[in-house]
Order: sequence, then C-alpha cells, then structure tokens
Amino acid sequence: MALTYNDAIEKYEPTLGLEVHVELNTHSKMFCGCATVFGAEPNTQTCPVCLGLPGSLPAVNGKAIESTILIGLALNCSIAPFSRFARKNYFYPDMPKNFQTSQFDEPICVNGYLDVEIDTDEGLKAFRVEIERVHMEEDTGKSLHVGGATGRIHGAEYSLLDYNRAGIPLVEIVTKIIPGTGKYAPAVARAYVTELRDILRSLGVSDVKMEQGSLRCDANVSLAEIGSGKLGTRSETKNVNSLRSVERAVSGEMVRQANRLEKGERIVQETRHFLEESGVTRPGRSKEQAEDYRYFPEPDLVPVTPDAEWIEALRATLPEKPSLRRKRLQAEWNVPDKEMTSMVNAELLDTVEETVLLGSDPTKARSWWLGEISRLANEKEVAATSLITPAQVAEVISLIASGDLTDKLARQVVEGVISGEGTPAQVIEKRGLKVVSDDSALMVAIEAAIAAQPDTAERIRGGNIPAAGALIGAVMKATGGQADAAKVRELLLKHLGQS
Amino acid sequence: MTAISRDEVAHLARLARIEMTDSELDHLASEMDVILGAVARVQEVAGQDVPPTSHPLALANVFRDDVVIPSLTPEEALSGAPAKADQRFKVPQILGDAE
Ligand SMILES: [Zn+2]
Repeated sequence: MALTYNDAIEKYEPTLGLEVHVELNTHSKMFCGCATVFGAEPNTQTCPVCLGLPGSLPAVNGKAIESTILIGLALNCSIAPFSRFARKNYFYPDMPKNFQTSQFDEPICVNGYLDVEIDTDEGLKAFRVEIERVHMEEDTGKSLHVGGATGRIHGAEYSLLDYNRAGIPLVEIVTKIIPGTGKYAPAVARAYVTELRDILRSLGVSDVKMEQGSLRCDANVSLAEIGSGKLGTRSETKNVNSLRSVERAVSGEMVRQANRLEKGERIVQETRHFLEESGVTRPGRSKEQAEDYRYFPEPDLVPVTPDAEWIEALRATLPEKPSLRRKRLQAEWNVPDKEMTSMVNAELLDTVEETVLLGSDPTKARSWWLGEISRLANEKEVAATSLITPAQVAEVISLIASGDLTDKLARQVVEGVISGEGTPAQVIEKRGLKVVSDDSALMVAIEAAIAAQPDTAERIRGGNIPAAGALIGAVMKATGGQADAAKVRELLLKHLGQS
Repeated sequence: MTAISRDEVAHLARLARIEMTDSELDHLASEMDVILGAVARVQEVAGQDVPPTSHPLALANVFRDDVVIPSLTPEEALSGAPAKADQRFKVPQILGDAE
C-alpha cells in the first residue's frame, strides 16, 4: 500500500534546499541598454549584446549591482569585497551566446539568514533558514515548442525563440541545506519563499510576480530515515511558480521519495518538473553525469569591489523588515494573532494599512477588507484589491463615522462601487442612500407610527420602554432602513415624554 | 606525464559539440599538451606578488547607468537567422531538457 504524507513523516526526515531566481525590475537589461518590458512583442527588445553577436561587449548595469547588494544586506549576508562574473558554458538555444554570464566561486553576497515563522497546531514556530549565497546572472530567452500535443520539448518538431527576456538581470538566492523541519518542511519552504518575496517587494528591486515568472523557486528535497544521521539523495524540482505550489511540490516529493525508499528503490539525483494540475512532479534531466559548465572568469567584464562606504550607504536605505512591520502593525492596531494571520495570508496587509493611513479606524478597515469585500471577491473569484480602492473604502468608513451612512447602507454603497456604479459619493447619489437624519422628516415617520399603533404608544407613555422597539421598527421600515435607529429611538422617547 | 589526456580532449570536444575523428583527437591531444606545458612555464615565472587576473586592465566597478537605449527592430534582429517564424528565431527540435 502506498505511503501517505503522514506515513512518510513517521519514518523519514526531510532535508530542504531552496533556490530562488528573481528578475530585477531595472529599466534596462543586465549587460545592454535593451528595455525589459514584460509581454512586449517578440524580439523587440534585443541588440547585438543580448543576441550574442560577434564583437559585442557587455557593460554592467550599476543599478542591478546595487539591487543585489541590497538583497544581500536584507538577508543578513556579508558583501564580498571582491566578486567577479563568470561564464557558464552550455549549449541551449535559450542562451544565444552559448554561455550564461553568471557568478561561480566569487558571488556578491555570502552567508546570510532569513528567519521565518509558521502557524502550526502547536502555535507559531520559528525557523532560521541560512543563506549560502546571493549572486548575479542574466535571464534566458523564452522557447516555444511547436508540434507535438503538449507544448513540451518531447514530440516538438521545432522551437521558436524570443530573446526579449535574454539578459534581464536575474539574482539567484541559494539556501544552505535546511535540516530539522520534519513534518513542517512544506510549510517552511512556503514561508521562506513568502518572506523572501515580501522582503524583495519591500526593497522595490523586483515585481516578484510568480505568475509572470519574475520570482521562481527550485526546491531540493531529500529524505533519510529518522535518526540515521544520513543525508539522502536529493531531487531538484524546477520552476515552481506559486507559493501554494512550493508547499505542494515539497510534500509531493516527500511522499514520492518515501514510497520509493519503502520499496527499496533508489532515489535518482535528477531535475524534476512540477505539474500544477496534479501536484506531482515528473522526471526531467538526470544529473547523474556530473555537470560540466566549464566556468571561467568573464574576460569582458572587470571585478565588482564594493567599498564599505558604498555598502553602508546602501544599508542605510534598507526599509523596515516585513516581519518587524507586521509585528508593529499588529501591536498598533491591536489585532489578535489569528486575524493577523488571515490578513497576511489574504495579502491584504498593505491594503488595510493604506486605508488606515487615509484616516480609517484600523479595526473597521480590517473588517471591511476581510469581511464584505473579501466575500464579494471570493464570489467573483478575483482579488479584493481589484474591486475597490483603499480610498473608496476609507470614504465609506468615514461616512459611517459621521453618521451619514448606517452599516447596512454602507454595504449597499460598497456593493454599488464594486458593480461599477462609480465612486461612493456617486453611488449614494444615484441610489439615494443618505441616512435620514433630518429631525422633521423623522418626526413625520414617528408620528405616523404612533398613529398606526396607539396602544403601543400608550404603553411607552406609561413607562414600558422596551415596547418602543415595535415603533422604532415601524419607523425604520417606513424610511427604507435609511434612518439611524439610535436617533429614532431618542426622538421617539422624547416625543412620548420618556427622556 | 601529460597535462591533458586524449580522453579529456574527447570530453571537451563533446561538451563543445565539436565532432572529431580519432586522428584529430590524437593530433589535438599532443598539441594541447604542448600549449599547456608552455602555460605551466609562464605560471612558474609568476611569483606570489602577481595575482591571477581575468582582465588585462587593473580596473574594477565599471558600471553603466540603468538607461534604456533603442533596440534593434525585430527585422534587424532576425536578419541573420537561418530560419524564422512568427517573429521568432526558429531552431531544430531540441533534444533533452530545458535549463
Ligand atoms: Zn540587448
């Protein structure tokens, strides 16, 4: 019988290693001035340098080096006083030069760490992920395999190459092996990539859009029997393109490897591909023949030797760490742990903060975004932030605070904005959603209610205050729910001599 | 002892996707051995005070501003391609797996 995930972790201890590739958001490419716009028409962003034409010479984009140093500093790395580019030689048409300009034994940043927290049944658990290196390289072109049914290489008749992406600055962030995560390995992998993405976003060095490939993760997984003190053979699952997939790819590999080991089969050191639909990996290239990229220092480029002054100037610009920012906002807004986790998982922290910065009460801002708006977003299967802006939500919240809207009316306003009826003010105008706060208008409704239920009015005059509920209800109904119930109550009781 | 074996030359030829006959391998193995021997002699001359270098000029930190300059038109970019389709370079079926 096949082992399940729970069976696998009973017997085996996983060891992780994660490699994240992030495309920097520089305007121009790494070694030439070509633009880096995502989704441009094929081969409109190329030149002799990024096409690898003979005689062309690369020139390093200084902004890309700065971004890489910033990433290293944010990940607590040492910045190497001397680093060099190297040629990684291989033949594959996605790299027109027949080598990728990368870094080998002299990366820009080394020896850092990133602390991550995961939410478990036993509460929050912290793990330190050690970073081996952060190095610079360039992205490759995009291949389109034509012919064959699947768009995959196998069965393709030919391939078409678009080199717009070739030469876009790419930073590779490699962890040391991550031991001791046990059953939490998939969650730790996900938390690491999430935290890394948040850091990269806070640094403003990349778009970090996994779905567009500007952040990609390769997950190395190996298993060994618990207590054996050994390290198993690892597989490397390439290009996992969503946070959820990182978690699924790791747990999927753990189960696959446990089942092989259980049957006495050997784990092959190989590259595997994650299949989004099924959550399993399929085998790719075997790495059993040692890779031989014949790295050598790039003779067309000079070394990078950042001095302390430059490094410290960059360090001074580091923004607040996302993990510290979360803790600070949680304290400032007085948010319970569970709600904080939901807000972070829903990726609404920035949005709620923006709403709060526009003057809204934090609890109200949070409850609108995570409540009504998220509910409507789920219904429509879109992101909450695509439906309505923080400014519009802040406007609605301020109209409630000023008594111009009741909660019920506010929900209608939000619904109107989301259905494209315009700004909150326009929706209020079009739908006539103002709270009836005009005393004389309310008094007309109150008198009508008293006339309709004279017995009830008599009981209230006699001191039976709870009986007021029926009349308040009648007034609310008559005003289409647009009156402020507290105000109605106050006017009614006063009118009947009870205050 | 030779600095490079015939097998190593064959390995390099394979990595470089260069097809070589047996006689070419024999010839190149001995020729490269002579070249490596010469390089080894140069290395003997370089003392502790001469650091290995990858660039003839003693320069570091030469950077370009992050400024976009016009690219080639797709027609220009593809003008030297042996085959093209859909504004892309067309290459024969690729064996093996993508990087
Ligand atoms: Zn270019």
